Amino acid sequence: MKHTISVLVENEFGVLARVSGLFSGRGFNIESLSVAPTLDPSISRMTIVTRGDDQVLEQVTKQLNKLIDTIKVIDFTGYDFVERELALVKVNAEDETRAEVLRIVDIFRGKVVDVTPKSYTIEITGAPAKVNAILDLLQPMGIKELVRSGPVVIGRGPKGWKSS
Amino acid sequence: MKPTGSQILLECLKQEGVDTIFGYPGGAVINIYNDLFDSDIHHVLTRHEQAAVHAADGYSRASGKAGVVIATSGPGATNTVTGLATAYMDSIPLVVITGQVPTPLIGNDAFQEADMIGISRPITKHNYLVRDVRDLARTVKQAFYIARTGRPGPVLIDLPKDVQIDTTNFIYPEKVELAGYKPTYGANHRQIDKAVKMILSAQKPVVYVGGGAVLADAAAELKDFAEMVQAPVTTTLMAKSAFPTPHPLCLGLLGMHGTYYANMAVTNSDLLIAVGARFDDRVTGRIATFAPHAKIIHIDIDPTSIKKNVRVDLPIVGNLRDVLQGLIARLASSGGELSKTVENTAPWRDEISAWKASHPMSYTPSKTVIKPQFVIEKIRELTAEDAIISTEVGQHQMWTAQFFDFYQPRTFLTSGGLGTMGFGLPAALGAQVAYPDRQVIDISGDGSFQMNSQELATLVQYRLPVKIAILNNNFLGMVRQWQEMFFDRRYSQTCMELPIDFVKLAEAYGAVGMRAEKTDEVEPLIRKALETPGPVIMEFKVSREENVLPMVPPAAGLNEMVLAS
Repeated sequence: MKHTISVLVENEFGVLARVSGLFSGRGFNIESLSVAPTLDPSISRMTIVTRGDDQVLEQVTKQLNKLIDTIKVIDFTGYDFVERELALVKVNAEDETRAEVLRIVDIFRGKVVDVTPKSYTIEITGAPAKVNAILDLLQPMGIKELVRSGPVVIGRGPKGWKSS
Repeated sequence: MKPTGSQILLECLKQEGVDTIFGYPGGAVINIYNDLFDSDIHHVLTRHEQAAVHAADGYSRASGKAGVVIATSGPGATNTVTGLATAYMDSIPLVVITGQVPTPLIGNDAFQEADMIGISRPITKHNYLVRDVRDLARTVKQAFYIARTGRPGPVLIDLPKDVQIDTTNFIYPEKVELAGYKPTYGANHRQIDKAVKMILSAQKPVVYVGGGAVLADAAAELKDFAEMVQAPVTTTLMAKSAFPTPHPLCLGLLGMHGTYYANMAVTNSDLLIAVGARFDDRVTGRIATFAPHAKIIHIDIDPTSIKKNVRVDLPIVGNLRDVLQGLIARLASSGGELSKTVENTAPWRDEISAWKASHPMSYTPSKTVIKPQFVIEKIRELTAEDAIISTEVGQHQMWTAQFFDFYQPRTFLTSGGLGTMGFGLPAALGAQVAYPDRQVIDISGDGSFQMNSQELATLVQYRLPVKIAILNNNFLGMVRQWQEMFFDRRYSQTCMELPIDFVKLAEAYGAVGMRAEKTDEVEPLIRKALETPGPVIMEFKVSREENVLPMVPPAAGLNEMVLAS
């Protein structure tokens, strides 16, 4: 089963290596990982998407908690949360397909962020399923390059992570 | 004048109560050694950095204090790796300080540079690269705190040469502030209540004790608890010294080379109380048939140990001493219920006694050829109860676990998790430094001994009277045993064909060497060695193809033992 986990860590030297090394060393799987500082620059927030059965996930969260630099681990499975991913897509846009690409981008509320006579670069934001859906539609036009941020998540409701 | 980084380091060590360091100098720690020259901290110069870490480890296992090591950058630092991994697997508190090339050179493939933070990350509890002398005191404080608290472990501090030279004001922090590190100590009362209920309703309880009981100094509580409940106690290799072997409730070792009765008791139990143990594969055998009828209570300070390998019915996270005290207090106030339980479990103890009587630990004695088990029994007979025993890894280690009776915690030093050959001699060295007046004996094999035999020099130099018993079968015995049992006796690379004259080797270092080749020479030789001042090698030419039995073959269940004939 897929799990999305937020890990709040001390923004210390080598902390990313500690987390990624933990996953590789113990044979846990990482589907995606994104990391950046929080409002407090001494704390970074990682969002990790991983897969495993309940026993594996229990170990994943316990092992993450065991790292000295880990302040908090939140497994969002079973909770209400907002999940968003950013994708930048460079897609072929020749005469006959230019209009169709724009229509698709419009339907998905995407943005064209770079234009050439032969291509559009599109910015799309949404849950990973939405990103997958637009990619399926753009595929026939010819995608030249794709970059995805991996999802970031935040819990719904008034509480921040410190009180959740 | 403001102090330098290396002066600050030594001052921090003093503030942490460190009076002994094991180490080896080099270019990247030469400033520290220069200041050490004027310091009253005792430094023990080993002959290899690996041995320095094992010595600090043995010092820590025997005394309960944190061990401290200094090694230089590059090869000095990489030589500490096996020592770190050994300490990490067995949760031994160490602070290892490695020199590093100056900060502007880090990453440049400088002379004697190695990425010790990267290399040591998976084999330390935590590690630090100190890039600013102003962070040094805080870092040392944190390192000791992390090494000693919670589930203990080794912490590495990588200290670049320029940071050792830089100066700053010295203020040693009084407190440690770590947002992400808050080890659990106190026991949860609700879990204790549940555990007491399970204990009071058990018919066939077994207490399964691991190394955590030694680390938490919980041997007294463990004994009280077991006697109160009258529950039989089996110990892992790491817990051998946590419960007295001659105690009527003691079942000895369980697992791959466990006693028949310990393995049968675990297999037939209806309640397994795991105390500071981690269900290692050498303990459980095939998981599917491990304690199949038992509910499991797992008490451990480290939440990651719980439900890692086996299902657990009741987890209790906390310090063993606190948890056991909690259990004892609750059981004491349960009145008649406890005595009823003790009565109800009497048939279980009778069943176990019958197993003990039908399948005691045994070997075939010989009046001529020296049996290794006989040597181990004789060493026990002739040494004091508080003698500290270390071992290397292999057959001699298992025979020691099977045939040596332990009376006191912290008297058995052995590499359980990593299984490091070459551990025993430097560990014994470290233990002797901690306790100059106690008997310290390294029980060794001829293979393992040669992995750190250079430490004879250290023993002689510091007049450390460690006695070394080499059970010499001219084989890498444990691998040979597996080849005999599972590989058609194809003894590939396990025969040590060059016979070493260990007596001459001892003499070359200025130690004393003795050899026994027949059974009746064993006792007089041990007596003589124990009376001889200074380090002594006792070489015993033992029967070459003796096997360690019982044995649970790999991937078999605990009740599928190969027994001694």
